[in-house]
Amino acid sequence: MESYKNIQFSRAELARYDRHIIIPDFGMEAQQKLKAARVLVVGSGGLGSPLLLYLVAAGVGTIGIVEFDTVDDSNLQRQVLYGQEDVGRLKADAAKARLVSLNPHIDIELHHTRLTSENALDIVRQYDVVADGTDNFPTRYLVNDACVLAGKTNVYASIFQFEGQVSVFNYTNNAGETGPNYRDLYPVPPPPGLVPSCAEGGVLGVLPGIIGSMQASEVIKVVTGVGEPLSGRLFIFDALQFETRIFKIRRRSDNPLNGDNPSIRQLVDYEFFCGLKELKPVREITVEELLNWQTAGEQFQLIDVREPAEYESVNLGALLVPLSTVSEKQHHIARDRKVVIHCKSGARSARAIRELEDKFGFDNLYNLKGGITEYLRVTESVAS
Amino acid sequence: MATVIIPTPLRKFTENTARLETDADTVQSALRSLSEKYPDLRRHLFDDAGNIRPFLNIFVGEDDIRDRNQGETPLDSNAVLSIVPAIAGG
Repeated sequence: MESYKNIQFSRAELARYDRHIIIPDFGMEAQQKLKAARVLVVGSGGLGSPLLLYLVAAGVGTIGIVEFDTVDDSNLQRQVLYGQEDVGRLKADAAKARLVSLNPHIDIELHHTRLTSENALDIVRQYDVVADGTDNFPTRYLVNDACVLAGKTNVYASIFQFEGQVSVFNYTNNAGETGPNYRDLYPVPPPPGLVPSCAEGGVLGVLPGIIGSMQASEVIKVVTGVGEPLSGRLFIFDALQFETRIFKIRRRSDNPLNGDNPSIRQLVDYEFFCGLKELKPVREITVEELLNWQTAGEQFQLIDVREPAEYESVNLGALLVPLSTVSEKQHHIARDRKVVIHCKSGARSARAIRELEDKFGFDNLYNLKGGITEYLRVTESVAS
Repeated sequence: MATVIIPTPLRKFTENTARLETDADTVQSALRSLSEKYPDLRRHLFDDAGNIRPFLNIFVGEDDIRDRNQGETPLDSNAVLSIVPAIAGG
């Protein structure tokens, strides 16, 4: 971005950007910064349409578009980037054709892919600023986390029915202070089904036009340094009541990305995080059932997947196979009888069981519900 | 009387009421009386232990109650309490 001072404009460009350049608080310098900038737009749907049209018209020099979808009839009520003739085409291709005709002086880079935990950092790192116009919670968290991990500002907007939200996340000001991100505002995703998507709940067609234009305005402000970006604030608009509100948002010390004790250092499985992917249930056995097996003389193997130090402090006489070693030691695990696996409370043993079932096809494994903690509680209460 | 603003996604549980008045003097009691009036709303506001759901953002005026006194944040007579759940459409 430092190189903007060397940016030159052709006569045609100067004519095109004249109404920017003559604004006293904008001027040639801001226009140069726009041309030098690389902005990534994730999703070219309802929000992406006005965003792209205005960013391209404004003269952002390089714009990346991440989009895997094709144009559908039901898009045309709000996705004004596309026309009837585009139905069935890849959105990214149709978008580029429209945008190039709007402004031939800029570069459009297409990423014909879904943004995933595997590709997000590579893509995001190629750009200066990211604008999130995606349409689901897992991708919202993915875009946010990728931006925080890559140190990029995430200009955020979202819409539903008659309501829209805008904010600027992970923005670092001139004093070097970084503002809140999506996880400061929404630490926990809503349970699946509570908040329907626009495909299920609908959206007023003009709403993304209003909200996406505000998002474009924030992108331009972040890129040019003109004005006060909407960092540390959440803007909401209710078209039904024609009501706008602005709330303060702050960084949280428990933010797992950049709070006091960060625990997320790489991108995770966002479908799972948002509760959209069920983990396969593992077969369980209660402590009482286990005690019955013992009394009845049932043949089974008992495995403890805790760490050696935990085993030393208290154990049930099980074979010790710490969780991190279950794959390499799988041949120690019986196949000819039932196997009960336990840890402290049942979480690590469930992971061990999934790993052994998925990788090696075990079908004789039982998770001790509540782990050794529950075993000791039950047996002590029996003893007393 | 303080005012409670119901967001679009939750209006289906409040007979489409967008805003209503409350004489409650804290956030917690306002939300409680709201869920007594609209029982279907309860499970969207509170978990089984009676705590305010963590995915709901609740603001009094322009302040997040997490930056104030959580559910005990007081409501004066002209306070505006906004419930702001996450939306993800694009």
